[in-house]
Amino acid sequence: MEKAPETNPVSPYFSRPTRREALVRLAGAGGVLLGAGAVSRAVWDRGGIGAAVSQHSGTTRDFRLKEGPADFAELAIAKGKADEAGKFPVVEELVRRAVDAVGGMKHFISRGDIVVVKPNIGWDRTPLHAANTNPEVVAAVVKLAYDAGAKLVRVADGSCNEANRCFQKSGIWTAAYDVGAEVILPAEHRYRTTRMKQEVLDEWPIFTPLVDADKVINVPIAKHHNLAKYTAAMKNWYGVLGGRRNRLHQNIDTSIADLATFMRPTLTIVDAIRVLMRNGPQGGNYDDAREMHTIIASIDQVAADAFGCTLIGQHRDNLPYLAMAHKRGIGTMYWENLKVREV
Amino acid sequence: MRPQVIPPSSLGLARASSSTKKADSTHGHASTLLDVAAIEANAHDHRHSDAHARPIPWVTGRVGAVEALDVATPTLAPTQPPALEPPPVRRDPAAMALAERAATASMNAALGLDEHADFAAVPAGAVPVAGAPKAKPKKIDPKRPGSGIPARKSIQTLVWVRRFSQVFFFGLFMFFLLKTGFRGSFAANQGEAIRLPYPVEAFLLADPFVATMTVFSTHTVYRGLLWSVGLLALTLIFGRVFCGWICPFGTMHHFFAWIWPSNYGRGGSRVEANKTHGYQRVKYYLMYAFLLASLAGSAIGGLFDPICIAVRAIGLGVIPALQYALGRGLSEVANVPVRPVQTVADKSQDFLATTVWQSHQFYFHQTWFILFLLIAVLFMNRFIPRFWCRVLCPLGSFLGVFARFALFGMEKDHAKCTDCNLCLVNCQGADSPQGGVKWRQDECHMCLNCETACPEDVIKFRFLPNRKSSIQKPDLQRRTLLATAAAGAAAIPALRIADSLDANYHAKLVRPPGAVEERGFLERCIRCAECMKVCPNNALHPAFFEGGIEGLWTPILIARIGYCEHSCVLCGQVCPTGAIQKITEDQKLGRGMPPIKIGTAFYDHGRCLPWSMQTPCIVCEEFCPTSPKAIWVEEVEAEVREKTFGAAGEAPAMKKVKLQRPHVDPSLCIGCGACEKVCPVQDQPAVYITSVGESRSKTNVILLENTNYNQKT
Repeated sequence: MEKAPETNPVSPYFSRPTRREALVRLAGAGGVLLGAGAVSRAVWDRGGIGAAVSQHSGTTRDFRLKEGPADFAELAIAKGKADEAGKFPVVEELVRRAVDAVGGMKHFISRGDIVVVKPNIGWDRTPLHAANTNPEVVAAVVKLAYDAGAKLVRVADGSCNEANRCFQKSGIWTAAYDVGAEVILPAEHRYRTTRMKQEVLDEWPIFTPLVDADKVINVPIAKHHNLAKYTAAMKNWYGVLGGRRNRLHQNIDTSIADLATFMRPTLTIVDAIRVLMRNGPQGGNYDDAREMHTIIASIDQVAADAFGCTLIGQHRDNLPYLAMAHKRGIGTMYWENLKVREV
Repeated sequence: MRPQVIPPSSLGLARASSSTKKADSTHGHASTLLDVAAIEANAHDHRHSDAHARPIPWVTGRVGAVEALDVATPTLAPTQPPALEPPPVRRDPAAMALAERAATASMNAALGLDEHADFAAVPAGAVPVAGAPKAKPKKIDPKRPGSGIPARKSIQTLVWVRRFSQVFFFGLFMFFLLKTGFRGSFAANQGEAIRLPYPVEAFLLADPFVATMTVFSTHTVYRGLLWSVGLLALTLIFGRVFCGWICPFGTMHHFFAWIWPSNYGRGGSRVEANKTHGYQRVKYYLMYAFLLASLAGSAIGGLFDPICIAVRAIGLGVIPALQYALGRGLSEVANVPVRPVQTVADKSQDFLATTVWQSHQFYFHQTWFILFLLIAVLFMNRFIPRFWCRVLCPLGSFLGVFARFALFGMEKDHAKCTDCNLCLVNCQGADSPQGGVKWRQDECHMCLNCETACPEDVIKFRFLPNRKSSIQKPDLQRRTLLATAAAGAAAIPALRIADSLDANYHAKLVRPPGAVEERGFLERCIRCAECMKVCPNNALHPAFFEGGIEGLWTPILIARIGYCEHSCVLCGQVCPTGAIQKITEDQKLGRGMPPIKIGTAFYDHGRCLPWSMQTPCIVCEEFCPTSPKAIWVEEVEAEVREKTFGAAGEAPAMKKVKLQRPHVDPSLCIGCGACEKVCPVQDQPAVYITSVGESRSKTNVILLENTNYNQKT
């Protein structure tokens, strides 16, 4: 196309590129170099260790009512007594009595609320083993919440054993579904890493269905636990955490206090219908549990645990996490200072 | 009148013919058998004679007559100087037969030249051809090449039925595979025993190769494997319909052999590739070797069973890989700060987690190798269509052995064949459907593509066909057969003198609960990976070389990835061969009998927090599922050093801490591995299980009490 340059030596193949072609080639090479340089500069990591230090103090998820309860009890204990025929009142009745004593569900739940009910669905055990919250208690709470005008009641937990088995064998899946609750099983994609910034719990994956709500009702089961002695309300928040939560046991009391600081439920309803007396937290023998026909309702999760531990013969002084929570002002371990009502 | 001759230009057949011609011309001795001049003259004749130009039997009235039926010459001849080209000898069917034999010289032993006489004799009216002289003329389809005779309506329909069947059975297989995993339900009662609702191992139960292997090794047919007689019956009626119509792995190969060949694999080279080759015998030798290995006590042939491979490679490789990729991708999408986008990503994750896979990522031990082999064998379709089915598949060859009894089959009228090779273009089994050679019943997948493609009415599938134009038995060489079978039998003792079974049994060879004793286990385990797929905790994994080469891909429990769920018995439910027995919850948990143990837990005191670091922990005790717990704790008061120097610079002071130090009670420990799974010492756990103490073994024990088989509960 172009005429051959004048400086054509011997061979016709040995021709110089035209000026235009040379400029295009140089521009191409230069452009790639410039582009590579610009991109590298833009994403240049200068190295060095050091995470950004946030100035915020500990974060919390606070679902408590802002105004204190009027004349209602702060800790209510509903004890089922056998009638002449030896029959105990139905579970739903006990739950209703306890909740009514602390003000009734309408007091806690506003019309249109999204309510999370957080039972303990940790283990692949049946209700008789008393390792998970009694399904009838869960169903009763869901029903009360819907009756109080909740738009949606969600039942969720992060299980220890395989979740499908836990949800099914505990009977909670069926029971909650039957009364219209949305049951959410843990799945990897439902966890979001959150900065809790507590004493020992800093950054952990959080099970989001449990915290994305207007009101949260904690529905634990009272159980023996070999390391923490007795666990119910405060330890139930382990279900919020994902990741390798087995590390928490090295400082289990502080971990429990941290979690209770992070999660402040609207209401705590402790299931003590059947109480695991030994081999906690998962039992395994029906004989490990004992019938107690008791429901504890409280707005103070620390007081609920401080009272609850007496059920298995423990004392609050043996549970360091209660003292820690008490000191932090999450609640009181001296439950008798609250307005207590036995119904 | 339409042009007398349509060169088979569609489907790249022009290239097909030219390559065939090349092949023929290289085999000089084939043409020496022919009277070249006569053929030339014949070929010349055809160009001018109307009767010859449309050599259709019911037009010419010469059914079955062997004569040179030349289709390609008129279009080819004018463009080529006749002097330069070798004579187009390939157009004579009889000559074609000879050439074919010369080309496949390896078959000469079985197909001696004397058999050529059969072909010569055939046209004399011996073959009861469906298209008899007085049969009513068929409608000619001008779009079809050659004479344009369409295939029978029934066959055209059957081909579509076959396609539907392939899609259906592949779908069914995938459905069962996706259902091989426990997903709870709101509808289930709390007390309900947890079992899978579908017979997810159905394809394996119907697998007669698996059944025969286990019959050879255990001398019994295990439970549902009796279904395999049904598949055998199907084969005895229709031949290898399983391969062409049902087999999910075969369907995958069918698909990839269809989409993968590039230009390289089309046309002539494809026709060549679809002719019968000697390497197709390999699968028979392999199959007999595996059967003899079973007789020697090892169902190692499961490594090559197509259903096992499909379950293993898709279940342990493809699905987890897709889960990984999609899970990561959707998590990224869920981070996009647009609410509807997040909702879509979340809902997709929900849907996938509850229908396609599980709620958490599954990992499988060294599964890259399984996936790599799958990709490799699928990729081979690029070079040899259905490489797996033709060359390696032991189930296909097993059915091939029985195909000789099939009542359904092909007969062909060689005389009508114009050697257009259309039948070979989409032949699945490489079973010689073309004219001039005998059809190989044992290789045929019964896909019926050849009859559909044939424009000359040569190929007919029917019940009780004439067997003059077919070979029923696998064409094997006796010495090779004996040698490979003997090698299969000898392999097992050879593998076992390596220290993997009787001596130096691997501590990490922890078998699933309900597994039979190791020798019995190897007699039964077909490495189908159903147990690994179903395990809800991702605890079971394909062994790599923990159990030697013989133990490759047998299930082992890797507690670090997942522990054995206490009340779960699903692996036994899906095991098709009884390597893992169908135990009940009562047997596993030990209600009214001793529980089933799969191993024993041990502490590494140097790594255990309460033992060596004076730090409270006992997560292991918390997770221990037995009652009373096999892990018990000793309350101690131990000294621990302060972390700083004293105020006056003296050595760090000592302080006392209360600790619970865990111990294992080996008589209670069931070896489930929950402790190992949850141990917070992340990389190498402070408590771990090994296989010792497993209740299936009478030798791999620690305690004297477990050696007493008359023990009471």
